[in-house]
Amino acid sequence: MIGGLFIYNHKGEVLISRVYRDDIGRNAVDAFRVNVIHARQQVRSPVTNIARTSFFHVKRSNIWLAAVTKQNVNAAMVFEFLYKMCDVMTAYFGKISEENIKNNFVLIYELLDEILDFGYPQNSETGALKTFITQQGIKGQTKEEQSQITSQVTGQIGWRREGIKYRRNELFLDVLESVNLLMSPQGQVLSAHVSGRVVMKSYLSGMPECKFGMNDKIVIDKQGKGGTTDEAAGKSSGKQSIAIDDCTFHQCVRLSKFDSERSISFIPPDGEYELMRYRTTKDIILPFRVIPLVREVGRTKLEVKVVIKSNFKPSLLAQKIEVRIPTPLNTSGVQVICMKGKAKYKASENAIVWKIKRMAGMKESQISAEIELLPTNDKKKWARPPISMNFEVPFAPSGLKVRYLKVFESKLNYSDHDVIKWVRYIGRSGIYETRC
Amino acid sequence: MTDSKYFTTTKKGEIFELKAELNSDKKEKKKEAVKKVIASMTVGKDVSALFPDVVNCMQTDNLELKKLVYLYLMNYAKSQPDMAIMAVNTFVKDCEDPNPLIRALAVRTMGCIRVDKITEYLCEPLRKCLKDEDPYVRKTAAVCVAKLHDINAQLVEDQGFLDTLKDLISDSNPMVVANAVAALSEIAESHPNSNLLDLNPQTINKLLTALNECTEWGQIFILDCLANYTPRDDRESQSICERVTPRLSHANSAVVLSAVKVLMKFMEMLPKDLDYYGTLLKKLAPPLVTLLSAEPELQYVALRNINLIVQKRPEILKHEMKVFFVKYNDPIYVKLEKLDIMIRLASQANIAQVLAELKEYATEVDVDFVRKAVRAIGRCAIKVEQSAERCVSTLLDLIQTKVNYVVQEAIVVIKDIFRKYPNKYESVIATLCENLDSLDEPEARAAMIWIVGEYAERIDNADELLESFLEGFHDESTQVQLQLLTAIVKLFLKKPTETQELVQQVLSLATQDSDNPDLRDRGYIYWRLLSTDPVAAKEVVLAEKPLISEETDLIEPTLLEELICHIGTLASVYHKPPSAFVEGSRGVQHRRIPPRAGSVESAESPEVGQSGSSEAPPAVIPSQGDLLGDLLNLDLAPPTATVPSVQPSMQMGAMDLLGGGLDSLLGGDIGGSPSMGAGLGAAPTVMPAALGGAPAVGGGLGDLFDLGGGVGMPTGFYVVPKTLWLPAMKAKGLEISGTFARRGGIIQMDMSLTNKAMSVMTDFAIQFNRNSFGMAPAGPLQVLTPLSPNQTIDVSLPLSTNGPVMKMEPLNNLQVAVKNNIDVFYFSCQFPLSLLFVEDGKMERQVFLATWKDIPNDNEAQFQIKDVHLNSDAASNKLQGSNIFTIAKRTVEGQDMLYQSIKLTNSIWVLAEMRVQTGNPNYTLSIKCRAPEVCQFVYQCYEMVLKN
Repeated sequence: MIGGLFIYNHKGEVLISRVYRDDIGRNAVDAFRVNVIHARQQVRSPVTNIARTSFFHVKRSNIWLAAVTKQNVNAAMVFEFLYKMCDVMTAYFGKISEENIKNNFVLIYELLDEILDFGYPQNSETGALKTFITQQGIKGQTKEEQSQITSQVTGQIGWRREGIKYRRNELFLDVLESVNLLMSPQGQVLSAHVSGRVVMKSYLSGMPECKFGMNDKIVIDKQGKGGTTDEAAGKSSGKQSIAIDDCTFHQCVRLSKFDSERSISFIPPDGEYELMRYRTTKDIILPFRVIPLVREVGRTKLEVKVVIKSNFKPSLLAQKIEVRIPTPLNTSGVQVICMKGKAKYKASENAIVWKIKRMAGMKESQISAEIELLPTNDKKKWARPPISMNFEVPFAPSGLKVRYLKVFESKLNYSDHDVIKWVRYIGRSGIYETRC
Repeated sequence: MTDSKYFTTTKKGEIFELKAELNSDKKEKKKEAVKKVIASMTVGKDVSALFPDVVNCMQTDNLELKKLVYLYLMNYAKSQPDMAIMAVNTFVKDCEDPNPLIRALAVRTMGCIRVDKITEYLCEPLRKCLKDEDPYVRKTAAVCVAKLHDINAQLVEDQGFLDTLKDLISDSNPMVVANAVAALSEIAESHPNSNLLDLNPQTINKLLTALNECTEWGQIFILDCLANYTPRDDRESQSICERVTPRLSHANSAVVLSAVKVLMKFMEMLPKDLDYYGTLLKKLAPPLVTLLSAEPELQYVALRNINLIVQKRPEILKHEMKVFFVKYNDPIYVKLEKLDIMIRLASQANIAQVLAELKEYATEVDVDFVRKAVRAIGRCAIKVEQSAERCVSTLLDLIQTKVNYVVQEAIVVIKDIFRKYPNKYESVIATLCENLDSLDEPEARAAMIWIVGEYAERIDNADELLESFLEGFHDESTQVQLQLLTAIVKLFLKKPTETQELVQQVLSLATQDSDNPDLRDRGYIYWRLLSTDPVAAKEVVLAEKPLISEETDLIEPTLLEELICHIGTLASVYHKPPSAFVEGSRGVQHRRIPPRAGSVESAESPEVGQSGSSEAPPAVIPSQGDLLGDLLNLDLAPPTATVPSVQPSMQMGAMDLLGGGLDSLLGGDIGGSPSMGAGLGAAPTVMPAALGGAPAVGGGLGDLFDLGGGVGMPTGFYVVPKTLWLPAMKAKGLEISGTFARRGGIIQMDMSLTNKAMSVMTDFAIQFNRNSFGMAPAGPLQVLTPLSPNQTIDVSLPLSTNGPVMKMEPLNNLQVAVKNNIDVFYFSCQFPLSLLFVEDGKMERQVFLATWKDIPNDNEAQFQIKDVHLNSDAASNKLQGSNIFTIAKRTVEGQDMLYQSIKLTNSIWVLAEMRVQTGNPNYTLSIKCRAPEVCQFVYQCYEMVLKN
């Protein structure tokens, strides 16, 4: 297991050093500094073995966190732990910086004592930790409170404490997607996928039992087969369902229930967290289509015409649209005419950047440019890098729809209807490229 | 409140000041002082002098202060063991505190104070805490047992803490279970043979229940522990898999990887035709792909593991090529790993895309990455024949860029492409020669020299080119020197008239002026060959080269299997077994994948193979004829024994054993094979022996021996008479008949090759398909003289059991391919299982009893052996000749019961009970084995041995 944990500043000075195992000595602290932080070359691996001691490190701004061990530990676990450690520290004192770490070193030692015992990660949910690691000592706790804390830290629902109360029960769901595309000049999709996240902010009282439903194809098909609904309805809803390639869940979700019934049920942590991540590759709505036309006029001139078409409901508005058209290295001058937005040739980036603030669905816009080239004797042809695009749209390109999020809290007197729910969809461009 | 001020005190006399503050009456001041002490400790200053003063602050109600003092104690107790005792009282008191958080804190800290004297005082509080009513205290105490064990293992055992810990596996609180599992697993690692983590279906069930409820970390501990369990049968294996698969959707990548480990391991036990097996395979791909969207460090861990998984089960990710395409912003370590996996997944279906990507990568800035990309293009050419032409033209484009390292890398891979597709792309040689001067790396120089030597007849100024290298001969690395020597000899054999001077020059450089024994030996061999028999030299040096294998850098199967059992851990990141980087005994035990139900999947380790082959022949009183056989065995041993000793040095070429063997024997172009590094080192030292009398002697002895065999061996290993395996009609005139024998611990395939065609046959080679027991030729097929029409030759081929394994139907089926100058022919034959019975198959009586009980009764098979007219002793003697050992004999009411044990080459034990009734020619045989499929074949062996 983890033998020791060190935190360094960018100079390699130790800010925190906690040793859990006898086989890790003080010289390990120096070994990492000399061989990794002060190393001349770029880091070639996040895991380094120096004299039979393995060092795992992650970097946050200019702070290095290193876990050290001499055993055959679970490497994935060590990295997950280091990330978690960063999350916990951020939740307690904000940004991970040298100043913040120095200001909170006593707290950090206290946390390290709690979340890592003999090198074994223990409960590291901030919700639970904040109930008893407060920097104020345990004073006014009654016996009930104490046992509540311990049962929460060790219990099945380690991520939520009991006795949370809100005057207004409210929850926010954000479906955040990034859509990736690689398209051929002829408009053929070479590869496309959406990676999405469902982020939830919950302000709910008590220990609410939640059930999340979306238009997952497997669930909808199953219901369609149930026979209670008529077939036509089953079919029409089948059209709107989406096939999810894979998804992962926050630890609050009951995985075995998802595996057997494909239902997503959980008791949520309080506040903001990521409920699930998913990936889809089928039937993706591509919000924009880019149609490039490049013509070489002689050896010193290029004519470029690019049309973009928005492909979604006219009532919706896309924002922050940016089209980036690469130009050859020997470009000497560019003249651009565009119908909408602003376009500029940026010599330092070797590209024409065309920006449009807003654009409604089912519209098209066009840019044409004349690029003048310096004559060169370089025989090598210009490689024509792809045209890339950035944008943000108010819907989910995967087609994912939240069907419901039901909240049940049997002990308190509020029901599903009393909860105010907000759902928002945001689709952003990931790597969205069209070859030309 | 800012604490950073504590870091800035650097005054002189600081310790003195601190001492005063620590002894202050004011609580606040005390706390401040302790904080300063901790800050100094963190930066590495020695503040141990303050020990008594700090310990004095321990008696406090302020929890924050208490925790700080504890932190100090943990750091310095070891250096002040006597003073540490002062703290004991407080600990013991705190362990009784009404607040569970304080009880746990005390027991947690106490375990971290690594002072022998303290441990005695720890026992009582720990015992209480292990049974505490509060789960938080119990889960802390569970880990404390592991701490204590690390300090004083004996104490933990004596105090019975291990049993208490085992009880905690049934605790109602999932986190207590998880910590108990973690502690037990760690303790068990330092006692490899103890049955500490006694995993049985009941405990497994408890663990699986806790798995659903505990924290993400607890899930990891439990899954890692589950991975060490060997299910009893495929049903149990399936039910565990079913309960583990939901974990694949966990957000924590470590949980996912540990679940993948369990599934990869247990899947081995499932029958492949099961529907569930296919479902499971499909379920594995999406989570592995999802791991690639994690943070870069985790991506790196995931990719290193995927590299193993792709080698073990390529089918899982074969359609997922695109996700391994390198992104511009990936850190370099992720890029390099992705590239590795891309090469492994490249196939005809996706090659166009892959090549386009690789070409893109070859223009990036990172030197290592570019080199690897260039090399990858070459690998694609070799792997996917259809793409070879495009790969070559891409490589030529890259050579035109004149970027030095790109050119060198391209030349190295083009050499391999030439080997793979002879006489196809030689037109590019001219382009390559243009870049001769820019090559400064040994590998590239060696590759270029190889190309010049190999195609000397097509390069007009080959002699000039090679001569130019010769000038600085002594400054070159050994790799280049060896290559240069061979190339010039080749050149001489092709153009003898113009190059006599050159060859003499290089031979004298190699033999007289060099200190390198490899170089000298190779030089002498060439020299003698050339001076005694130039025709033979031509046959040896210019011999046709065996094909090179498609895959490179494959991890050796036994290591791969071990690494699969370590998925997610450091071992899988380093691609090394834990013993290579972990000190001491901890975690060094080898892990194995359990065999598929009944069949024999696990390949035998090379060590076992070797020790088996050096084993003395069974101690049977030899009869006259047998003596001859044994003597010959002894003589025969040396030449065959050299073969296994070459093996380890050919790690990478393990798949290509035949090729490698031929290569080194013929002394051809060792440098050209993909396992160049290894081949070069090992081959020349073997060559003299191989080229010397050895093969001839071996052959001769083989003939003699066959004569002996023909006479018949009354006891000892029973050899079935040769049967016809390949009729001449089916093989264009080549007839093969043969049989198998086990002599002196070595499995041998005796064959008679008859040429019934009109023309001479040459260039014999043999290869086996994968088979149930991993049998593979341990050396090349030694037919040295051409086989003229109507001639018969007897050959004896030593076999090893280290080859790739695949279950065959029937189990003892062996598919063989024999090649000669005319064609390749295939036939299959069946070998008696007794071939695989090893010499050390005699089990201890106690072990026998325990094992017999341990194997479930379902696995027992009963057979009747009829018409045997032997008494029990004679039968037992006869069986012993075939390595079926009688361990004990009991006589009950005129019935002799013989208890016998057999060990197969893959370490599977077969136990048997044979009942012999005096006067009754029918024996009853009961066979028990963990792999029940073999029983039938074992019975056949009994039948065969007893009746002949």
